[in-house]
Amino acid sequence: MLTYIARRILYSIPVLLATSFLSFTFITKSSDPLANLRANPRTNNPAILHHLAHVYHLDQSLPVRYWYWLQDVFVHKLGQSLLTSQPIWPDISVAIEHTLQIVLLAQVIALILGVAVGIYSAIRQYSIFDYTMTSVSFLGYAMPTFWLALILQIIFVDIYLKWHVRIFYTSGLNSGVTSSTWSIDRLQHIALPVITLTVVSFALYSRYMRATMLDVINSDYVRTARAKGLPERLVIFRHVVRNALIPIVTVSALQFGALLGGAIVTESIFTLDGMGYFFITRLQTNDVYSVMAYVMIVAITVIMFNLLADILYGFLDPRIRYD
Amino acid sequence: MTEPTTPLEVAPPTALVDGRPLAAPVDATVAEGLELRARSQWSYARRRFLRHRLAMIGLVGLIIIFGAGALAKYVAPYTFDQIDLTNVLHGPTTVGHHYFGTDEIGRDYLSRVIYGIKTSEQVGLVVAVVSTIFGLFVGAIAGYYRGWVDNVIMRITDLVLTLPVLVVLLTVAALLGRSGNEWTIVAIIAAFYWTPIARIVRGVFLSLREKEYVEAAKAVGAGDMRIMFRHMLPNTLGPIVVNGTLAVADAIILEAFLSFLGFGIADPTPSLGKLVAGGQQFPQKWWLTVLPGLVLVIIVICVNFVGDGLRDALDPQQRRVRA
Repeated sequence: MLTYIARRILYSIPVLLATSFLSFTFITKSSDPLANLRANPRTNNPAILHHLAHVYHLDQSLPVRYWYWLQDVFVHKLGQSLLTSQPIWPDISVAIEHTLQIVLLAQVIALILGVAVGIYSAIRQYSIFDYTMTSVSFLGYAMPTFWLALILQIIFVDIYLKWHVRIFYTSGLNSGVTSSTWSIDRLQHIALPVITLTVVSFALYSRYMRATMLDVINSDYVRTARAKGLPERLVIFRHVVRNALIPIVTVSALQFGALLGGAIVTESIFTLDGMGYFFITRLQTNDVYSVMAYVMIVAITVIMFNLLADILYGFLDPRIRYD
Repeated sequence: MTEPTTPLEVAPPTALVDGRPLAAPVDATVAEGLELRARSQWSYARRRFLRHRLAMIGLVGLIIIFGAGALAKYVAPYTFDQIDLTNVLHGPTTVGHHYFGTDEIGRDYLSRVIYGIKTSEQVGLVVAVVSTIFGLFVGAIAGYYRGWVDNVIMRITDLVLTLPVLVVLLTVAALLGRSGNEWTIVAIIAAFYWTPIARIVRGVFLSLREKEYVEAAKAVGAGDMRIMFRHMLPNTLGPIVVNGTLAVADAIILEAFLSFLGFGIADPTPSLGKLVAGGQQFPQKWWLTVLPGLVLVIIVICVNFVGDGLRDALDPQQRRVRA
């Protein structure tokens, strides 16, 4: 098991390097960090431009620039932005904190609801509850996150303007200067983004849970359990649910990447200072190294969660062996 | 998702009897006035599809929506850019055929939505066709020949999978596609969308190449191309058609995401994602956001229904798990 984990981590290093080199090549080739200075007549001076290009190694060949960038990433915590000359880490670490809060909350709520609904739908297959939840999750699948987020925003703006009640805020992270991570004020602000992200994952989890439950319910050992006279409750919770939960672990780990993608849209709609918002604003201003920093953090997160999924899978299902 | 309503049908055996496939139109057996007509595999599939109620609903919905988009010039009451400053931000009304209201400079919103459908359906269909054909070709070669082709393709798909699709597409679109030509966006989405299809085709081909009939074809002296595209391809069509159908919805959604975030199709061409984004400035005028998004949701649901119907029809033994 340990060798397996070590091997997987070692394997992910070349993958990360390849991803970073490809993105670096692409991102630096297709945008000019000095474009702003060139456009400004006061700074459009060959001497200045040449000096800056030299300081930031822009005049070097691509592999050399990549090497300098890689050093910066490790030595100076992701380096500094070419656009603002500010270090990237302070900005992005705050953003990560905010995004993590939203994404993890959404993930936990979606998992609990999805698993519960999936179990109940499978036990009462073809009941009204089952059909209703099926339609709800079909809708949840089809709805683009941005549309759902905007509708929630419209509804709560309307409620505020009509009745002057603040249930949830529709933009920002705090109403005052700052508020601590779990204050009521913060929760009122992040409620709508969390609901948005929850709906989409919930649709996936409840469908998946229902399908795997039905799969397990029809297997032989469940029939044996029933035949030897176990009460139905025990059969379901001790024998069926435990095995049906295993695939959900993988699905939810893989869904984490999709949630980070969804956070881009949700955060830019609710103007939350999270990773997605960071990414979109830096992309709009062509801030090359900040975009690279975001891409790398997302890639590492996705790879980590994939690894975690595989390891947990082996833990939960002893039939799976790693060699 | 309801279970298939099709009555029990016995699929024709695929085995050969006396060297002749049973499925071939053997002359009808007439026994005591009872007429049996031999049905081919395809006619069974067609019957299953036509009897799938949800698939039929989806198909009719798609024909109506896509038809309106394709015939936008004749269906839309106005052109998408006809400005009427005396009639600004008007709610949905039958007066002057503004069924979807008007936007902030008095353009008829229904017409804009219909032209938006036209853009979306072009993107969806072209991406689905191009990436399916390309993925099919690459996946077939990887699965059939194995070796380095297989390795290279699998490593590429690995790299693509380390990042959420949205992050990759946004970065590429932001840096390349600022001009926002519709076909640039199509190319960008298709360039990333062929990988999952190639993976699926590769998987099917890997198992098919060990089948007896492939060995038989080889023994007779058939060339590789003939074996791949004449003998093996028809057996992979089921999953390919299903995935190709679902790709239409995915491509439409991805385009909407890009356009919504401002990295998609440029003005003046309307697209559904862009219309939703435009409505964001006027949270009080609900129709600007809700209606184009609703059309988007209906399109995706219809495509999913048709995809489910095709899966049940073409690939009856596949488990009905949507992952």
